[in-house]
Amino acid sequence: MDKNFLQSSLKDSLFTGLIALALFGPIVGLRTVAVNEALVVQPKWLVVALIVAFCAIGRFFINIYSFKKEQRRGEPSSLGKAISNFLDTKGSQIALGAIIFSVIFPFMPFADRYWMDIAIMMMTYIMLGWGLNIVIGLAGLLDLGYVAFYAVGAYSYALFAIHFGWSFWICLPLAGLFAGMFGILLGFPVLRLRGDYLAIVTLAFGEMIRILLLNWYTLTKGPDGLTGIPRPSFFGLPFKRYPDEGVETFHTFFGLEYSPMQRIIFLYYLILVLALITNFFTIKIRRLPVGRAWEALREDEIACKSLGVNPRNTKLTAFAVGAMFGGFAGSFFATRQAFISPESFTFIESAIIVAIVVLGGMGSQTGVVLSTIFLIGLIEVFRDFESYRMVAFGGAMVLIMIFRPKGILAKRKPTITMVKEK
Amino acid sequence: MEYFLQQLINGLTLGSVYGLIAIGYTMVYGIIGMINFAHGDIFMVGAFVALISFILFALTAISLPIVLILVLLISMVFTACYGWTVEKLAYKPLRKSFRLAPLISALGMSIVLQNYVQAAQGARIKTLQPVIQGGFNFFKESEFVVTLSYLQIFIVLVTIFLMAIFTLLITRTALGRAQRACEQDRTMTALMGINVDRTISMTFIIGSSLASVAGMMFVMYYGVIDFYIGFLAGIKAFTAAVLGGIGSIPGAMLGGLLIGLIETFWSGYISIEYKDIAAFSTLVIVLIFFPTGFLGKPDIEKV
Repeated sequence: MDKNFLQSSLKDSLFTGLIALALFGPIVGLRTVAVNEALVVQPKWLVVALIVAFCAIGRFFINIYSFKKEQRRGEPSSLGKAISNFLDTKGSQIALGAIIFSVIFPFMPFADRYWMDIAIMMMTYIMLGWGLNIVIGLAGLLDLGYVAFYAVGAYSYALFAIHFGWSFWICLPLAGLFAGMFGILLGFPVLRLRGDYLAIVTLAFGEMIRILLLNWYTLTKGPDGLTGIPRPSFFGLPFKRYPDEGVETFHTFFGLEYSPMQRIIFLYYLILVLALITNFFTIKIRRLPVGRAWEALREDEIACKSLGVNPRNTKLTAFAVGAMFGGFAGSFFATRQAFISPESFTFIESAIIVAIVVLGGMGSQTGVVLSTIFLIGLIEVFRDFESYRMVAFGGAMVLIMIFRPKGILAKRKPTITMVKEK
Repeated sequence: MEYFLQQLINGLTLGSVYGLIAIGYTMVYGIIGMINFAHGDIFMVGAFVALISFILFALTAISLPIVLILVLLISMVFTACYGWTVEKLAYKPLRKSFRLAPLISALGMSIVLQNYVQAAQGARIKTLQPVIQGGFNFFKESEFVVTLSYLQIFIVLVTIFLMAIFTLLITRTALGRAQRACEQDRTMTALMGINVDRTISMTFIIGSSLASVAGMMFVMYYGVIDFYIGFLAGIKAFTAAVLGGIGSIPGAMLGGLLIGLIETFWSGYISIEYKDIAAFSTLVIVLIFFPTGFLGKPDIEKV
């Protein structure tokens, strides 16, 4: 390490410190606080000094480190390689193990209310991720408004259940159907747009649905949301401590002690089954002509057109199927929460689901599970640092894209090959 | 008639703000072909820097015109740092990556910026006392008095002034030539001895400083900001960029004005609750019927 190099990296880290000062000086250092209706500025120079020092020193060490590792640049990290290699070869065993683990999970000794809630939330995101994976991963359509279908599913479930009193098992397919129809309706005009435009238009649709839900007061109760959505029952047996006259409940039917956990465990299995249905559907449809057409379309649209694949109809089916699973997940969400409002269907939800799919490695079903555990886990770990957890979440998105731009599980096995794989 | 005139004035003011943001989108799209999702949040950061400097200058006895110029310059410089850093951290490493990677990275950056400002400045809305007050009143004898405030004149004048400088920059200087060359063919431009990385950085710096001016206008015009304003303003400005034809700089300005007008007329005549839907439907309709926008070049896909 010669003197020149030290000097230049010192200069570089000084420059970094200067930039950090410009970045954090006004926004962090001068916090605006309302005092008697007027804003005053509260200086926080110590925090800024610490951040700037951290950036400058960090940059200095990165410089020295990267100088030492100069020749190793450009190579994929061995750890990542090992992980993806492991997942490639042992994929089916891991998947089986994961399914078995998730089936016995509620009976684990540590699985209390908190863990079950997290597990249910993760399962919901996994299901949404698998649903969106059909649209993004298989058909290659970037949909930034997926939460719209989730919302349509939730609201149609809630409205059917509240106004008509239909049971969960009738409302669920109806909500899915409704969301799927919505997918066709929205997809019809916009699916001929190219990637980035499609992303923005779907984003706009997602926001439009939310604004509509917020303002159509007579139907959706606007920002107040819909309350009193019926809880699901175990094939007609409700989960209640004190049931209505003449109604048998779950715990009396099976002769069990009443416990609120029974309902939670039932909900957990419900979403597990729904998610697995989504997964098996995707695995099966990939081998069918329509699934193959989706993947072909993702790779080369012009080639597909010249081979007689109708791009619009093919994309539309992907959009509708993805929307349908979003609708299923939405109805589950509605019945689990028993309360929904437009607040739950903001753009950030879409962003989280897209992040799950892309960070997992587009088209990879196992990748969706891994990235859900990682991202939702990250949000959960940072739960006590309310506003920092989303900073960490966004930062993780950027970092994963920089270091593994194709996602955690980047390797994609073709579903169909001409030659047998050796 | 008077009501119409008032809406027209308001719409043009709003349109100027959108136009200034839209230029950032259109320039970045033109040069590296990605939608810079974090641009709306850069605008939000600019609004916050302007707010903070207004509060600080309110304590001093500097006269108003100098304060305005100082705030303009300060927010441009500091926000440009944000634009530059975002590009360096989140987009540059992904320049040769596959198509969706920079978009996801931009999405992450947008989440980071929003929540970082929320953490640093608090989630509550910030209000700023009116900086420029008063205006001209027309049709005083009629039922509806049309007001053209000094602030609106200021906003439109500054926008026109910046647009003029910016157009000169793009058409007359070496930097502008380099930028236009990069838009056409980046590899070839690099072979001609132009520093492509620096040109792209400059694009982000210029785009961010224009967005920061928009942020300053926004905080002066509405007097209320929070960490979330960048999202909606960003989508609308992007709509403006698409409407004018993405990649075209005069188109961005025209699109911005149109979006501003559509939004104000919609909320003035039809319904104020659904004013955002007006902007979004415009986006959808434009993309379906004029995919290249008004002044954009047709995009031919080659095999």
